[in-house]
Amino acid sequence: MNFVFSNRAKIISFVLIAIGVIALVTGIFTVSSDRIWSNLLINGFYFMGISLGALFFYALSFATETAWAVTLRRVMEGVFSFIPAAAAVLIIVFIGATMHWNHIYHWMDEATVSKYVAESTIDSEHPTYFKDKAAAQKAEEAGETVVLNEAHYDELIANKTAYLNTPFFWIRTIIYIAAFIIFARWFRKRSLKEDETGDVGLHFKGYQRGALFLVIFAVFSSTMSWDWIMSIDTHWFSTLFGWYVFSGMWVSAMNIIAVLSLYLISKGYLKEINSSHIHDLGKWIFALSFLWTYLWFSQFMLIWYSNIPEEVTYFVLRIEEYRVPFFGMMLINFIVPMVFLMSRDAKRNPRFLIFVGTIVFIGHFLDTYMLVTPGVHFEHWEFGFVEIGMFMGFTGLFINRVLAALTKAPLVPKESPYLEESLHHSI
Amino acid sequence: MAEAAQTKVVHAMFDDDHRLLEAAKNLVAKGVKIKDVYSPFPIHGLDPIIGVKRTRMAIVSFMFGMTGLSLALLGMWYFMIYDWPMNIGGKPSFSLIENLPAFIPVTFEFTVLCAAHGMAITYMLRNGTLPGMPAVNPDPRTTDDKFVMEITNAQNPQMDVEELGGMLKSEGAVEINQKSLTDR
Repeated sequence: MNFVFSNRAKIISFVLIAIGVIALVTGIFTVSSDRIWSNLLINGFYFMGISLGALFFYALSFATETAWAVTLRRVMEGVFSFIPAAAAVLIIVFIGATMHWNHIYHWMDEATVSKYVAESTIDSEHPTYFKDKAAAQKAEEAGETVVLNEAHYDELIANKTAYLNTPFFWIRTIIYIAAFIIFARWFRKRSLKEDETGDVGLHFKGYQRGALFLVIFAVFSSTMSWDWIMSIDTHWFSTLFGWYVFSGMWVSAMNIIAVLSLYLISKGYLKEINSSHIHDLGKWIFALSFLWTYLWFSQFMLIWYSNIPEEVTYFVLRIEEYRVPFFGMMLINFIVPMVFLMSRDAKRNPRFLIFVGTIVFIGHFLDTYMLVTPGVHFEHWEFGFVEIGMFMGFTGLFINRVLAALTKAPLVPKESPYLEESLHHSI
Repeated sequence: MAEAAQTKVVHAMFDDDHRLLEAAKNLVAKGVKIKDVYSPFPIHGLDPIIGVKRTRMAIVSFMFGMTGLSLALLGMWYFMIYDWPMNIGGKPSFSLIENLPAFIPVTFEFTVLCAAHGMAITYMLRNGTLPGMPAVNPDPRTTDDKFVMEITNAQNPQMDVEELGGMLKSEGAVEINQKSLTDR
């Protein structure tokens, strides 16, 4: 049965989008532009993370030949169909950063990484910088007066330019996004083709590509979070960061898959999904919340314990200036799923799952907020209508796009070697 | 000893778990109460048919986990804060709450240790399968590839043992053994 995008859902999503647009427009006139940009990055990355988490789980279920999740495949396809839209938002933010419209990535400012500057251009909008002595001398020979750029030069960032430079950043960004979109489109195409032909060969192709995607994603999920998120706090580094961000993506994705499935069931679709499927989704949310907390704590505890100045500043800023949202989001993302989803009956209860799902959805938004905001605004942060409104707007956009994508194919695959097993899933 | 005081036990052996599942369904529908089934592996969907209650292992596990958590925190508070405050790397040494992050890994491990061992020991104790305990399965073949359904006449006073045997045979039991246990 095909899903029909009801008028009510359409209106709700458009109202949410309208709130987002209002928040964006009032924000442009009332708050600093960096606050708008950082909100675009937060929302773009959060919904990118949800879609990527769904794509990851989709690939994982192929690579591990997971049978029970077959009936949920179309729901996951719907969720990861949002990747191009989220990627577009991120690319707008990155273009803004490259053009110096925003200052989210301060390593993109040439003044921080160049030792010399042409004297005649210092007061201009975009001074001419020279990275090293050789370049400076060359300019001097050409008749330019070159002076030392001491006020803004940052040796720590300058030492990272081999990796953190704008062209390479763009190359990586385009490779990540292209890879994700190509895989997402391919999986979708394979799925629709399998419905028509029922060819088992397609299943094994999915198995191979799924495994390939996991390998690629293992690298990209880490480097992507370094590039897009960790480089905001340019001085700081953590080797655990990629996993931490990835675990947040994964739990948000499972959460959305569960809530979306429950929504579809409540509207009379997805009759093939029984309480065992729901139970399994509940288990994933429960378990991944622990994984996320585990990684959050591992990163925090090691840095807190060793107390090395260059590492600990990251948490000092967050604890001193963002105490309530920082610990608050950690506690709600951990305690709520733990307490409410501990028992078997709760994992099978749609009301509990939707309640926990809503909290976790907001909680992980706050997590993404905490990843970005302190590095951009330091102690000058505000959380108001702009943040909430833009989050609602993006939620509306996400709902709209995902539900529209769901209408395009039957909600349960017609053919798959594991379909029968999934239909009889019982635990 | 009177004949009526004796408990007769029927052990019906099956060689296929699906067959046994069907048989159990049919017998329960006819009002037979099945005492237990011995099987080399868990048979999915059998528990609700023969009326086995859901395990309370999860609650036990939670309680063991909480015990571990409290013991670990209590222990570390006593060792590291109260009895002999230790200054490690300049971390606050006179307050449990301020030093909590350092204690979390140990607390976590001890919680898991207590929950896991507590569950394993409870499970074996409740099943009577602790090392050295006498085996209770009626036929050693149930640890290999056979399934035994156990029915007692004490639980089925309305049935004749012979009648029961006939029913089991028609349901596909490959072997039927009767045992008489003296009622204590």
